Amino acid sequence: MNRKNSNKSRNPNKPTLAFYFLRALACINKKTSMASYNQRSGTIKRAAYASMALAAGPKRAWSRAVLCRVLWWGSSRLHGFPTRRRPRAFFHRRVRVADPKLREPSKADVLRRLVPGAKAMDLSRLLEETAHYIQYLRAQVLLMQNVVGSVSD
Amino acid sequence: MSSRESRISDEEINELISKLQALLPESRRPSTSRASASKLLKETCSYIKSLRREVDDLSDRLSDLLATMDSNSPQAEIIRSLLRS
Repeated sequence: MNRKNSNKSRNPNKPTLAFYFLRALACINKKTSMASYNQRSGTIKRAAYASMALAAGPKRAWSRAVLCRVLWWGSSRLHGFPTRRRPRAFFHRRVRVADPKLREPSKADVLRRLVPGAKAMDLSRLLEETAHYIQYLRAQVLLMQNVVGSVSD
Repeated sequence: MSSRESRISDEEINELISKLQALLPESRRPSTSRASASKLLKETCSYIKSLRREVDDLSDRLSDLLATMDSNSPQAEIIRSLLRS
């Protein structure tokens, strides 16, 4: 049950993160057809998660889940599929009204819903994924703050 | 897998609690050293939600900035950010 917790593999590679995200931003910037503000904001958000997952690599359940969602989103928009399906909720700030008949989910279940790809994990694996996910989320937020800082100079 | 989870030893619980505490930044850690696992889980969930909100807000701001940026500055901004990180 005790796994080797290699802290080295957990620390996000910042230049790699920056590379993927900035490359995506440069592409987004070139596309002048993306006129609406909401569209571009959503695209940037998806680019942020995608570059985070790419930098993390395919060994983590959360990075695989995020990449699947981004690819699903991209392909469904490309082919004109209706996008009213569950994976969309990840990228949209939708407020779900809790059904009072359902029992209150345990805190571990709430965590399982927040971390992508963690639906059926046991507690110790869930915590490992959470740790990794938080590390990358934090690094991504710092990167984006840096970019905003340097662009607004 | 379910049989493993039903018999978690005290040692494992302590290990999980310390793992959870290590995930949170200093400002969000509970002041008492013996924080309950439940409280830590709750704090972890709220931390993840706040990080995701940050990504949302920063995406909005970047979208604003990209709109007002001219075509030459992306290269400079890329180089500057890469040098900084």
